[in-house]
Amino acid sequence: MSDKIPVTVLTGYLGAGKTTLLNRILSEPHGQKFAVIVNEFGEIGIDNDLVVGADEEVFEMNNGCICCTVRGDLVRIIDGLMRRKGKFDAIIVETTGLADPAPVAQTFFVDENVGRKTKLDAVVTVADAKWLVDRLKDAPEAKNQIAFADVILLNKSDLVKPDELAEVEARIRGINPYARVHRTERCKIPIAEVLGRNAFDLDRILDIEPDFLKSDDHDHDHHDHGHDHDHDGHDHHDHDHQGHAHGHGGLKHYHDEDMQSLSLSTDSPLDAQKFFPWVQGLVQNEGPSILRCKGILSFKDDPKRFVFQGVHMILDGDHQREWKDGEKRLSRAVFIGRKLPEELIRTGFESCIA
Amino acid sequence: MSDNTRDIASVAERIRPVAVGGSVVGLHFLQRTPVFVLGEEALVLATNDGEPQRCDIHGGAILESAADGKQVITGGDDGKVMSTDAKGKGTLVATDQKRRWIDHVALAQDGAIAWSAGKQAFVRANKAAANEAYKMLEVPSTVGGLAFSPKGFRLAIAHYNGATLWFPNVTGEPERFEWKGSHLAGTFSPDGRFLVTAMQESTLHGWRVVDRKDMRMQGYAERVRSLDWSHDGKWLATSGSNQLILWPFQAKDGPMGKAPQIMAQTGHQVDVVACHPRQPITAVGYADGMVLIVRNDDGAEILAKRPGDAPVTALAWSQDGTLLAFGTESGEAGVLDLS
Repeated sequence: MSDKIPVTVLTGYLGAGKTTLLNRILSEPHGQKFAVIVNEFGEIGIDNDLVVGADEEVFEMNNGCICCTVRGDLVRIIDGLMRRKGKFDAIIVETTGLADPAPVAQTFFVDENVGRKTKLDAVVTVADAKWLVDRLKDAPEAKNQIAFADVILLNKSDLVKPDELAEVEARIRGINPYARVHRTERCKIPIAEVLGRNAFDLDRILDIEPDFLKSDDHDHDHHDHGHDHDHDGHDHHDHDHQGHAHGHGGLKHYHDEDMQSLSLSTDSPLDAQKFFPWVQGLVQNEGPSILRCKGILSFKDDPKRFVFQGVHMILDGDHQREWKDGEKRLSRAVFIGRKLPEELIRTGFESCIA
Repeated sequence: MSDNTRDIASVAERIRPVAVGGSVVGLHFLQRTPVFVLGEEALVLATNDGEPQRCDIHGGAILESAADGKQVITGGDDGKVMSTDAKGKGTLVATDQKRRWIDHVALAQDGAIAWSAGKQAFVRANKAAANEAYKMLEVPSTVGGLAFSPKGFRLAIAHYNGATLWFPNVTGEPERFEWKGSHLAGTFSPDGRFLVTAMQESTLHGWRVVDRKDMRMQGYAERVRSLDWSHDGKWLATSGSNQLILWPFQAKDGPMGKAPQIMAQTGHQVDVVACHPRQPITAVGYADGMVLIVRNDDGAEILAKRPGDAPVTALAWSQDGTLLAFGTESGEAGVLDLS
């Protein structure tokens, strides 16, 4: 299975710096060869042998799943590219600024030919440090891209003041605390932070921890002791859904009112006979609002960890390694989505305890 | 039934291997010469005696091919449509102006050629001179497949949410056959009464051409990537399962309300099917590299090729049905003389 070609998806709102990142990846002396799939209306000037223009055709699937969409052009292009196997080591898909990453990701799970020959490596989102906060207010696409990301480049960080940077990073955290966030200037980043992430590989689900303090070693704003509420989110006359901030150890935390993450955990073993029908029913009913989910589970009388992940209604799961001696058998699951029914999900999860 | 030890008659020892030197993606016969279409750049003609003849015709991947016994038409990611004859001579049919990928090609019985790039389908009539203008039709989304009707100068173009039937020589709006979803390959029954498309969601869709009556053929485990009609047009053989599926098309309303014939089950997916040109026999290529020859009447099997290291990607019969050729993803290829 290791001969599957990894595919990295680059997203980011218009002008955030996707093409800059792409060119940086292509021009670094890493000795790797890439096939690049770009949108036809995108910026040009990509210096690479294998560049393919795509149309971003999002097709609905007739499988009783209203949010199940695939990128028809990717099915076609990957099929064609695989005829040139050996000419490249990895594929990079650059999406338009307005694209939803979900259909791209779902393509790898829905089309068996694509899934057999390639594997989704990670969704990398480039965000503009200066304008992201505005875009999160007025562009649902930008919020989707942040919520969906495995890796986020907070780019143009040199163009904003430190407190503005802390602010925008806190906004990102309010939506997606699990992505790796890197502050960059002109997308300058070691390539290994962007490629070869294995973010969709079940074997690589090791722990599920928010990435608050693991992000770059830039200085966080320690002067901002968080008792200050961001009143925007509480202003009932305005609907910009900016969320509110509250303090935790000196870092500003936001809760985005539109898109949030939900973390569940229990140290009581779960009943597999209860969990699977529950989670399948959950994504069946709430799939449109669940962008991504991920979990490590401890089932009763099962010596192995069970890991799962999902995109909207598509779930992928498998047994992983055995629980180690002395390892705390904690079951954890996270859901990232839009207006998640928190109580429903929490009580549902707890009802799966054996 | 275990795959590797199928205790059945075998003709596998009659295989004449052909060193094609690359992954095989298509296979056609020009008279008695098998023409292996490689994934990149070239066709390989395996003449009866002597070395395989490699013909470099494209500057990159070869995306689709079609043949009529006299020529092989190929579309490449170099934006070119090429025609290659039995001597291995390649002729340029057309170059896409923007050098887009030529995703699909089709060939009519009279030699007319069709191809597509993106949302645009092109046709060139058989009598057109090499540099004569072609006709173009743009459909609502990227073309998923092309098929000429056996009757009249008419092209079916599969796309998202249906297919478009186009008479290139007739002015006026082309006909639209609608069915929700992404349609990826098309084929007409040999009598021209039915149009069948393979869909993204592992089903086939069919229309009776005269009244556009819909028919759904489902139950597949995978997307159907190989379709072929039996010699008498009564059965449609398909891949998409770990067995050979034959849909009955004898009746006026095709397979509606009828179950398909199911045979030659193994533990591996069927990747390619090829119907014998004269008898009710189907060659079936599996994902484990095995090829079986199956009698449609009773499911009797003959082993034509043992499992190998890669999926079978192409199968073809010579016009008289005495030669069967195969190719695999890893470049294993050969010809069997069954006469």
